[in-house]
Amino acid sequence: MGTNWAWFHRFGSPPHVYRLAGLLTPWFAWPAALSILAALYGGLVLAPPDYQQGEGFRILYVHAPSAWLSVMIYAVMATAAGIGLIWRMKVAHAAAASCAGIGAWFTVVSLVTGMLWGKPMWGTYWVWDPRLTAQLVLLFLYLGYIGLRSGIDDVGRADRASAVLALVGVVNIPIIRYSVEWWNSIHQAPSVMKMEKPSMPMEMLVPLLLMFLGFTLYFAAVMLVRLRAEILRRERSASWIREALR
Amino acid sequence: MSEFFAMGGYAAFLWPSYLITFVAIIANIVSARRAHAAARSEALRRLDRDSSEAQS
Repeated sequence: MGTNWAWFHRFGSPPHVYRLAGLLTPWFAWPAALSILAALYGGLVLAPPDYQQGEGFRILYVHAPSAWLSVMIYAVMATAAGIGLIWRMKVAHAAAASCAGIGAWFTVVSLVTGMLWGKPMWGTYWVWDPRLTAQLVLLFLYLGYIGLRSGIDDVGRADRASAVLALVGVVNIPIIRYSVEWWNSIHQAPSVMKMEKPSMPMEMLVPLLLMFLGFTLYFAAVMLVRLRAEILRRERSASWIREALR
Repeated sequence: MSEFFAMGGYAAFLWPSYLITFVAIIANIVSARRAHAAARSEALRRLDRDSSEAQS
């Protein structure tokens, strides 16, 4: 066993991950809180109204970061599930399981804020548009994953079955991402996440980027707390727990 | 101030958007912390039970 693999085995070790997650959580949580508060002030107060959408465009500051989280969390979940399947790593399965609930929540937030933005701008809460439909499929993938896990009592079997579902669902991710380019979508094309210069003045863009940063750090913090719970639930008879909890 | 809350006529769409996002952020923090606290006390209970069984 070469020393190159030492880090890998440490990341497979529940006591190590439990302790590390506990140490890291505040380092994600506080910067997340600060970024989100600063972004709120920037987005609601400092940013000028949009020349087409007036003050209504400010829904962007909660809609786009939620949509980003919903997709990013799915990618993290599927990656962790894949690692769990290939290397039979229990901690990776625990990490995948800790993602699902958070991802489902922010998928709902992206859908609801999208509807509330669609009504004044498009004149309707919902259309069966490719982007919107793919995002609804994402919600069903999360709910299917959660339902499948809770339907199987044996943790090992639940891990493997839900990991397969998570990996199959990955096909939906590029569909969400490129739906506005492949099909004639009512949904506007991204104005930040594109190769050319973002089509937005700095006073609008900086709060948005801060919000993306804050949401991502927030997810890391919440996910690490969930991961610790998940590890304890799986390893509760192990002797390291006595040391870690007292 | 009331002009700020009116949001140029978009208040009925904008504030509910911010509200549901806020609710999601808080709910996820609360439920993650509860899950950890529950798993922790369950693990401690189990350790106590195992050690008292070992003594008898």
